[in-house]
Amino acid sequence: MTISKDKIKIEGLTGDSAIAHALRQANLDVLAAYPITPQTIIVEDYQRFAADGEINAAVIPVESEHSAMSACVGASAVGGRVATASASAGLALMWEILYVAASMRMPIVFTVANRALSGPINIHNDHSDGMGMRDSGFIQLYCQSCQEAYDTTLMAFRLAEHHDILLPVMVGIDGFILSHNVERVEMLPDDEVEKFVGVRAPVDPLDPNNPLTMGPLALTDYYFEFKEQQDRAINRVPKVYKEVEAEFEKITGRKYGQFETYKTEDADIIIIAMSTMGGTAKVVADVLREKGEKVGVIRLKMFRPFPAEGIAKAVGNAKAVAIFEKAMSFGAAAHPLAMEVRTALYESKERPMILDFVVGLGGRDVPPTTFVEGIEKTKEYLKAGKAPKYETLGVRK
Amino acid sequence: MSEKFNEIPMAGNIVEPGNAEKYKTGGWRAEKPIHNPEACLWIKNGTCGRCWIFCPDMSVILTEKNGKYSYEFNYEYCKGCGICAAECPTQSIHMEKE
Amino acid sequence: MSMDFAKGITAFRWHGRGGQGVVTSNQMLGKAALAEGNYIQAFPEFGPERTGAPVRAFLRISKEPIQVYAQVYIPDVVVCIDPTLLEVLNPAEGLKTEGTLVLNTESDPKDIRDRFGFKGGKVVTVDASTIAMEVMGRPFYNMPTMAAAVSATGVVEIDTVIGEVLNRYPGKVGDLNKVAIERAVKEAQIG
Ligand code: SF4
Ligand code: SF4
Repeated sequence: MTISKDKIKIEGLTGDSAIAHALRQANLDVLAAYPITPQTIIVEDYQRFAADGEINAAVIPVESEHSAMSACVGASAVGGRVATASASAGLALMWEILYVAASMRMPIVFTVANRALSGPINIHNDHSDGMGMRDSGFIQLYCQSCQEAYDTTLMAFRLAEHHDILLPVMVGIDGFILSHNVERVEMLPDDEVEKFVGVRAPVDPLDPNNPLTMGPLALTDYYFEFKEQQDRAINRVPKVYKEVEAEFEKITGRKYGQFETYKTEDADIIIIAMSTMGGTAKVVADVLREKGEKVGVIRLKMFRPFPAEGIAKAVGNAKAVAIFEKAMSFGAAAHPLAMEVRTALYESKERPMILDFVVGLGGRDVPPTTFVEGIEKTKEYLKAGKAPKYETLGVRK
Repeated sequence: MSEKFNEIPMAGNIVEPGNAEKYKTGGWRAEKPIHNPEACLWIKNGTCGRCWIFCPDMSVILTEKNGKYSYEFNYEYCKGCGICAAECPTQSIHMEKE
Repeated sequence: MSMDFAKGITAFRWHGRGGQGVVTSNQMLGKAALAEGNYIQAFPEFGPERTGAPVRAFLRISKEPIQVYAQVYIPDVVVCIDPTLLEVLNPAEGLKTEGTLVLNTESDPKDIRDRFGFKGGKVVTVDASTIAMEVMGRPFYNMPTMAAAVSATGVVEIDTVIGEVLNRYPGKVGDLNKVAIERAVKEAQIG
């Protein structure tokens, strides 16, 4: 049964604040974080909740992000519910421990206000940080709105801590575009969140009465077997995610799926984009459809594990797929999102033409007109029967 | 070492505490240390103990009973590395072929 | 080929200088619209905020969820809270022909129209600097300028805005802002 409207608090919250509230309600044991723009509000707000005595969690103000993730691994190892937050350079400094967290199977929730990586130094949004950590073993969920950021953060704990999974989850919001954008957010009552997230039931935590060793050496003889375990665990995510979301939908009426399809059934051209770009793309599709152009949108939420089969199905018989992505893999055959989509579509009977538009690096605005430009190009390429492997849009060249 | 991925604990965790004891490194030995008590400072007056400090496998056993000092190696774990022999200031340890 | 990517959305663009409360008043107007049952997006032009630097902020208000995530290029309303900025920028740039231009200035709407060549919509002027100095004794121009924008556009009830202000600044600061807001509503010239 959905929670009655009078118990829901509607507030104007930035994406960061919405996440801070979700963390407050999720009853953490430990938050260890180092502030970095544009994630700062998450940590600031959470620290304020702690100072005001609204939460019991231990907030560890560490000296670096490497230590932040390390402290999270430690706290998670003793069985705590743990979260952290970072972005860009901070995330990069965590690098080593991201892999440790995932391979030690620590269900840490890691909220990220996605931001460009240096250099030149830049504080604005793109997805280079998230795409950079894509192989670390984290589950990755990218959000379109502040409401989704709140909802996803709550669901992330259930997903991470599920005994079939036990993996860390990254929840991404576009830096500034969402992190500093006040939107309408429906907040659930504390007791309902408590019921939904429950208390973490750790598997074999560190315990002096029951000693065990975590994170030992495994060489040629065993390492590969542990990777096999990890691989199988992340591939169990879709099933568990579906269950968790179904439960969440029951109380809120909201669900997002691994990806969202918008007017794709009869579409000739399908846009694939993540995060806030997915929202803008839907508006563009509406406008273009009024002009008789059959455009649809797939807004991808779950980048890891990548829902390859689902995407292939959703693309169906479209003539072209136009990917808009905010990251570059320098020198690669295709950029991160396009690489996944191309692979996903390789087995399709009628492979669509695939366009890879790299946009919005370093916070360059991606207005509806950029999508229109991409669609116009797509139509030209379809007519010509060939297209470049990828293309940058919105850059002076 | 023939276990499959699903027959071993998650993430490489060692769930049985102190199971290193089961791993007898004595089988690695090509040469074994032999102790000669004549010049040994431990035997003489309970001092030194350098061999005990440096042994990586805790295989030097120094004991004291009623003011009498005795010395032995634990050959179940002594892997024959020869560090004790190299560190001894009185040349009281030498290595012999197994 | 004109395409409308902002159906059902009322979009604001604010101009001011870092430290003048552009971001705050933008958020406050947004929260007032939210309180009246709207969906909103209220965001600054992102960047390291430095006191005195020209800053912009954007607001979208709609009855339906808002899905477009980009800066506002064709605003319905432009609000400029710092008179000195009128020397360096044209506040009417991009403004819809039927849009509303709201300025903190000693000039009247006719002068402004002549100066910026804005023929359509409405021009609203208010001497928010004087109001702020006389009522609050400090250069808080943002609230009286916002008040003029609210009363001229009717995008929300002025009482809802006052409610938000009192909520955010309980006590004397809120009360003085309320006085400034009410005076600005009275003194604003529309032409
Ligand atoms: S040979 Fe090596 S392992 Fe054996 S007792 Fe000496 S130091 Fe220890
Ligand atoms: S290092 Fe040599 S002298 Fe010292 S205790 Fe060992 S055997 Fe005796």
